[in-house]
Amino acid sequence: MSFQFDVGVLAVQGSFAEHMQILSEINCPAMEVRSQKDLEQVKSLIIPGGESTTIGKLVRRFDLIEPILGRASEGMPIWGTCAGLICLAKDLGPSDPPILGLMDIKVQRNAYGRQIDSFETAIELDSTQGDPFHAVFIRAPIIVSIGPNVEVVATIGQNSIVAVEQDQYLATSFHPELTDDPRFHLRFVSKIKG
Amino acid sequence: MSNGHSGNSNHHTGTWVAKSGLAQMLKGGVIMDVTSADEAIIAEEAGAVAVMALERVPADIRMQGGVARMAPVSKMVEIRDSVSIPVMAKCRIGHFAEARIIESLELDYIDESEVLTPADPENHVDKNDFKIPFVCGALDLGQALRRIAEGAAMIRTKGEAGTGDIIEAVRHMRTMMKQIRHVASLEKDELITESKALQAPYDLVKEVHRTGRLPVVNFAAGGIATPADAALMMHLGAEGNFVGSGIFKAAKQNSDNDEEMQTIALSLARAIVDATMNYKDFKLVADVSKNIDVAMSGISSTEIPHPDRLASRGH
Repeated sequence: MSFQFDVGVLAVQGSFAEHMQILSEINCPAMEVRSQKDLEQVKSLIIPGGESTTIGKLVRRFDLIEPILGRASEGMPIWGTCAGLICLAKDLGPSDPPILGLMDIKVQRNAYGRQIDSFETAIELDSTQGDPFHAVFIRAPIIVSIGPNVEVVATIGQNSIVAVEQDQYLATSFHPELTDDPRFHLRFVSKIKG
Repeated sequence: MSNGHSGNSNHHTGTWVAKSGLAQMLKGGVIMDVTSADEAIIAEEAGAVAVMALERVPADIRMQGGVARMAPVSKMVEIRDSVSIPVMAKCRIGHFAEARIIESLELDYIDESEVLTPADPENHVDKNDFKIPFVCGALDLGQALRRIAEGAAMIRTKGEAGTGDIIEAVRHMRTMMKQIRHVASLEKDELITESKALQAPYDLVKEVHRTGRLPVVNFAAGGIATPADAALMMHLGAEGNFVGSGIFKAAKQNSDNDEEMQTIALSLARAIVDATMNYKDFKLVADVSKNIDVAMSGISSTEIPHPDRLASRGH
């Protein structure tokens, strides 16, 4: 299969234009993905921030779950920011079935509270990634626990996990697409092969 | 209240980025007016990105008259606790006490709205001072930038709420987009004169000139009644849609029992969500419209005398 674009940004709803903007600034060929046909043209996928309840319903309604899972099983890199992280998680708690369920992480939705508790802060990255990252958390989830194959990429303070990596997957509970620091986009793009 | 959950002094809450960022997360979505928890649950099920808690939808406010105020606290709490998507509520223009009450209930967004009876004809709420974000209506670029200067983190067209008539929303979106293109085309030394003409702050006019867009997310509102209306507004530059009376009022007009009403509302709401997401794909918009054989029986905006038009409220 020949893919035309390095990155597809799932454009069901949310901050897809912001991701497209940063990708264009780092000269990475990208397109918006709304259908199975679109998905066949991209090497990797970003699931943006948005309302996870809405995105979950719309990917089901437009039959995107199976095609994404199919590509994932062939090794397609996927990065989820905020709502996207929720889409990737295996465990959303007892009353909430997983959406894609690709990452071995347990996630609590709106863990910091409602919009009034949305915040900005500097987060610590692992030693390979340099200076703290200015991160924006909007009605953000947190990663409550991780499986043995999951690597912690960033934390708030010592104990709150806010970014993780597992195989070809990356997940952040904050929004690098709302800042002008492209480090997470560059990190994700480096996962793309060929 | 604020920061209570995170409990960390390095967490900066209520910042401009946190407030305008939530609007960015709502883009491409539909925000629906609801008057009960049951309606909020249907809206969420249909794929709404947020709901607006109201006592009466605009069509009823228009029909019944009287003073339209913020929804009762008990209703806002009931709706807040019924869904996981963000919940918004309207306060009257200039009524900062209603706004503070909505903030204290920790709803996610305040709509300082011309649909309610204005409390202060001179001054809008000083929205910069709040921890939760505001959305405001605007009928042109000058109004939008004045609201943003006061702290609005999101703008919507005013349209003419409660009519099911799209003409005013189209007019307002066209006007705003045309004015943005005009500002972007000017020379730098023409901007101060333009700022005077728009009656808008110079810094914001400069920002529009530099970026070629509004500094915040811009939705359409006021008269959207069908999937085709929703698609039209997205093509004209809206980044999402508010639907007021077009869903539950339309369903009630077309049914006399609850169960049937809920089925109609769900299919209408779904179709408008799907059309907003896939507005470029008219085959799909046609497809999602297949099950819709009702829309609200509207009133033509042009038949409403100017003093009765909601869009003329605020300045």
